[in-house]
Amino acid sequence: MTVTEPRPPSDRDAWARPVTRLQATAVDAPRDTVTGKRVAGPAQGFGQMWQKTFKVPLTGATLSPEELIAVWKARFPTFWPSSGRFYAPLAGIAPGEVALLDIAPLPGAPVRLSTGIMVIYADDESFTFMTPEGHTLSAWITFSAYRDGSQTVAQAQALERTSDPLDELAYLLGGSRMNDRFWQATLANLARSVGVAEPQVETHKTCVDSHRQWRYVRNLGHSATIDSAIATLTAPIRRLTRRGPR
Amino acid sequence: MNETATQIEARSTSDPAAGVIRVAGDVTSGSEPALMAAYGQLVGGGARVIILDFGDLAYMNSGGIGLLVTLLVRVQRQGQRLRAVGLNDHYRQIFTLTRLDEAIGIFDSEAAALAG
Repeated sequence: MTVTEPRPPSDRDAWARPVTRLQATAVDAPRDTVTGKRVAGPAQGFGQMWQKTFKVPLTGATLSPEELIAVWKARFPTFWPSSGRFYAPLAGIAPGEVALLDIAPLPGAPVRLSTGIMVIYADDESFTFMTPEGHTLSAWITFSAYRDGSQTVAQAQALERTSDPLDELAYLLGGSRMNDRFWQATLANLARSVGVAEPQVETHKTCVDSHRQWRYVRNLGHSATIDSAIATLTAPIRRLTRRGPR
Repeated sequence: MNETATQIEARSTSDPAAGVIRVAGDVTSGSEPALMAAYGQLVGGGARVIILDFGDLAYMNSGGIGLLVTLLVRVQRQGQRLRAVGLNDHYRQIFTLTRLDEAIGIFDSEAAALAG
């Protein structure tokens, strides 16, 4: 008698395995505020839920969607504006890897927000990051490419809530627009790198849920914003104590 | 990847306050219209408990998981409950990975989901 094994799901290798606590695998990052934390998606955030879609047609470029995704994965940190730094894992963008990042929340701000992401999904056509506890956003963001007629379109789509009331306030006071500009600039940089002379980035935003999840006020306990601010403010004291008495 | 079309269909159950949405084939962000139409059909029939049957799910990417979050929001805003049955080990792990298992009740059978 022949026993037929069930066909394994075709997405099996694209998904990360679940972890109880994250372990950063990034290299060269100055601070690791992610190891030991859990992932936190849009279901675990505090603020209103938004879906933001940024897309750029790669006019004049001949790359296929798969080729574009390969470039995007290989050189991901290089497309970020200077306000953010992405410390990639040694293994690159692959399911289960945990990258670290730091971002200037305001131009010229002395505080840099240190946090990270986990790669929860990656295949030839897209890859998805999920944020850790403490990140400004509780979110998934998917980077993908697809054919639209004869041209390839690169897209970044986020499903996000701010993580806590402090982040929600910052978002309302301009943080959301800064976040939009960050991804618009990232897509424009990506497009230029593959030969698009004048990238035209389109932005679409939808409020998926206008309610705030007050039970997640407790996320303040993980806030990377607060943690980074304290670290920055106490840095002079730490330098003095390391030097010791003269 | 050999693509299998998304098959989403709604049906009633022995409990008039519950309905089942069978989610089969490949589920991606493109499955949204079909999923929301099926949900609307159950809501129109008075369902307060929505059970997603993933027994014949062949493929789901992160876009498909994102759909479940937007469905969850709609369900919660209506004061309804969302439950899942038919998840194999692989897809149970995805629910755990994405922490959707904290918001969507997972049951071993439709009967258990109805009783839950």
